[in-house]
Amino acid sequence: MTTTDTSRTPDREDARRALAAGAAPRRFGSWYIAEHRIRAMKGYAGDAIFQSVGNPLIYLFALGVGLASLVPQGVGGVSYLQFVAPALMASAAMTVTANETSYPILLGFKWNPIFFGMNASPITGAQIVNGMFIHIALRTVVTVAIYCGVIALFGAITSPLGWLAILAAAATGLAIGAAISSYTSTIQEDRGQMAMLQRFGITPLFLFSGTFFPLEQLPPFLQPIGWISPLWHGTELGRVLTYGMEEPAWLTATHVGYLVTLFAIGLWATRRHFTRRLDK
Amino acid sequence: MTAASPTTSAPLTRQRSALYAGNTGAVIHRGLLATRSTNYLVVLSGFFEPVFYLLSLGIGFGALVGTVQTSTGQEVPYAAFIAPALLAVSAMNGAVYDSTWNVFFKLNYSKLYQGMLTTSLGPLDVALGEILLALLRGAMYAVGFMVVMQLFGLNLAWTALLALPAVLLIAFGFASLGMAITSYMKTFQQIEWVTFIMLPMFLFSATFYPITVYPEPIQWLIQALPLWHGVELVRGLTTGALSGMMLVHVGYYLVMIAIGIVFTTNRLRALFLK
Amino acid sequence: MPQPVITARNLTKKYGDFTAVDGIDFEVAPGESFGLLGPNGAGKSTTMRMVGAVSTRTAGDLEILGLDPNDHGPDIRSQLGVVPQQDNLDQELRVRDNLLVYGRYFGLPRSVIAERADALLEFAQLADRTKAKVDDLSGGMKRRLTIARALINEPRILLLDEPTTGLDPQARHILWDRLFRLKEQGTTLVLTTHYMDEAEQLCDRLVVVDKGRIMAEGSPAALIREYSSREVLEVRFGSDKNAEAAEKLKGIGERLEVLPDRILVYSANGEAELERITHLGLEPITSLVRRSSLEDVFLRLTGRSLIE
Ligand SMILES: Nc1ncnc2c1ncn2[C@@H]1O[C@H](COP(=O)(O)OP(=O)(O)OP(=O)(O)O)[C@@H](O)[C@H]1O
Ligand SMILES: [Mg+2]
Repeated sequence: MTTTDTSRTPDREDARRALAAGAAPRRFGSWYIAEHRIRAMKGYAGDAIFQSVGNPLIYLFALGVGLASLVPQGVGGVSYLQFVAPALMASAAMTVTANETSYPILLGFKWNPIFFGMNASPITGAQIVNGMFIHIALRTVVTVAIYCGVIALFGAITSPLGWLAILAAAATGLAIGAAISSYTSTIQEDRGQMAMLQRFGITPLFLFSGTFFPLEQLPPFLQPIGWISPLWHGTELGRVLTYGMEEPAWLTATHVGYLVTLFAIGLWATRRHFTRRLDK
Repeated sequence: MTAASPTTSAPLTRQRSALYAGNTGAVIHRGLLATRSTNYLVVLSGFFEPVFYLLSLGIGFGALVGTVQTSTGQEVPYAAFIAPALLAVSAMNGAVYDSTWNVFFKLNYSKLYQGMLTTSLGPLDVALGEILLALLRGAMYAVGFMVVMQLFGLNLAWTALLALPAVLLIAFGFASLGMAITSYMKTFQQIEWVTFIMLPMFLFSATFYPITVYPEPIQWLIQALPLWHGVELVRGLTTGALSGMMLVHVGYYLVMIAIGIVFTTNRLRALFLK
Repeated sequence: MPQPVITARNLTKKYGDFTAVDGIDFEVAPGESFGLLGPNGAGKSTTMRMVGAVSTRTAGDLEILGLDPNDHGPDIRSQLGVVPQQDNLDQELRVRDNLLVYGRYFGLPRSVIAERADALLEFAQLADRTKAKVDDLSGGMKRRLTIARALINEPRILLLDEPTTGLDPQARHILWDRLFRLKEQGTTLVLTTHYMDEAEQLCDRLVVVDKGRIMAEGSPAALIREYSSREVLEVRFGSDKNAEAAEKLKGIGERLEVLPDRILVYSANGEAELERITHLGLEPITSLVRRSSLEDVFLRLTGRSLIE
């Protein structure tokens, strides 16, 4: 009697009921998760909004006014403020996504193991990841849009396509976030990997990605950091969009392609890691 | 309301010993052991942060800038301008992190000290122990960074040697103030605000450009904040531009340390000796 | 007879070389209350995870509601309520919000969830704590909230992994009462425990598991009847004299079990055996006659105590 008689399935009332009840979560599960994450923000929404307005103001005053005073000649034909603004937007996006994809993932597997709770319902591991990224995307876009508004007030956006820089910055953040989550979803024990990620990942990206100065200013052996840095690609894309920086079309296409590819691979790997880790 | 509560005046020595058992050494010992066994790589990595900033801004951005005029009127290369500031900033960051996040976590969440607190350790032992550990670590970073500065030729005078004690003074100042603040904190979110408030101080305190770009009232405001004094003190020493203002900077930190300790002790007494 | 809601044949789970569940067979009928009883590491939770359609089996067949979890995980899980061994409530949300978001995972309309959430908070005796942070609840309250959460989708099958471990006796009795009501309403219960009183209270039928294998199966009463005597006499002679006394006790009762601190004498009549022992001139320090329990069944089957 070893036949697993699947032909029996349709005539079982309770099996039919299960299939019917499973249909909606199979379809919309990712959105349910996003809804959960947004609801969980209720506790700190006020702080988050205040900081996403406060941060751009502080950085723009410090860099656009202060640091700019040291380079009165501007950079590449535009004022220093114009030059640095898209970089700040992309960096802000990176900060949001890096935060959301580091401790929250560790937490969700370990100290506040909600992922296992989610997975015990009809939600799948891949849907948990999708849902998280829907939420992160929303948060990032809001943060970057506020940033973009402040930058426009400072008069640093001259191109009519400037608002597209919001998308460029958000894509940068998401690509980096997906790469980070593909790593953090494999961490079993917190042995300070987050601090290492910050110190040897995020900080160097922030400093060596052509953010504060054109990449060409660095010694040649440091320049490849920029080429593999998603932040550099995103920042350059932002520059093209906000003030029409001149660059060959193939390079612009490369920026877009790089960010999209990194995001796709990161998301795929993260989903895979989640699915495996939940199935124990 | 009920009648006024009776004022129980416990003997001073008993009060003191409950707060402070003279056992700071135990905390430091444990801290060193914990560091050695688990995350010395993480601790070591803290050294790289200011170095990365120096490489990026000093070399990359510095190429756009050339030289900068210090507050004492000296023209120095951009890298030599920001290096002492980075030294002061990393002292501040380390001290604030250790005296806020770390102490808060250990006193409120980690079970580590809970048992000890009731027996041989007072909260002040824990706090002082963590601070001294932080200073030790800070001194290591500072020495490392000064070696890097020397290699890049950014120590412009022999007085740069004095920057080391200056950095420890700065760290101690921020640590004791941070501890005082932490003793009033109830949630992690409140501590996040400390981090948020440090950002403008980090960016505006003559770290990356002279404050003369700002209108005078803003300059005064910046000069009232602790980091500016730290940056000016260290920069004066590494560039060899000694002045009477340095005594003011040192005095500022001594007062800050005193205030921090007084507040911390009073607050801990109120919390633990009710 | 109605078709079983759970059918496991040769169900196996390996972690690397280690076999956590070693080819077990069982069936659970609709409305039945089925227990897995066993010591730490027996493979209870692993089995529950496979039945919960979150852990892929290594070998064997498994059907839940006539569906294979390998192909129909989400569909099966839509019909389950799961109370895991470790609570995994969302600590960042408040009590009621935990139920609301969980209900959404099943794609239920918000109005339905809200209504059920209030009824379940009542049922779990948490109606006055709806706005509390999960962190501030006691262990028993968290457990009840987890059970309430597991019921938000009105599950056909409720999986409970050690529902009362770590609770004080009062909290346990409250929980048992709630579970009993669910059973009366027709919910199928599958639970693991290493408390025999819990198994006796709640289970219609149970399997005793050890090292990933099923040692015996039946109702609590049938198991006791089959594997133990009606009564047990427990005698203590002091730890150093235990072994020596055991030698002399040979032949008394149906069976003897020598534990480090005491000797168990299995017999239909414990008092009579005690008399025989005193006749032999032996003077136990303490003696006690009690009814046989599942603990004795377990001891008989595995040679080990259920709770170490
Ligand atoms: N993810 C895993 N990886 C490797 N081994 C595992 C894993 N999960 C469980 N095991 C092992 O499988 C065995 C059975 O574990 P399981 O959790 O099912 O036991 P249990 O009967 O629930 O025990 P307890 O009463 O302690 O909860 C144990 O030896 C355990 O160490
Ligand atoms: Mg278990």
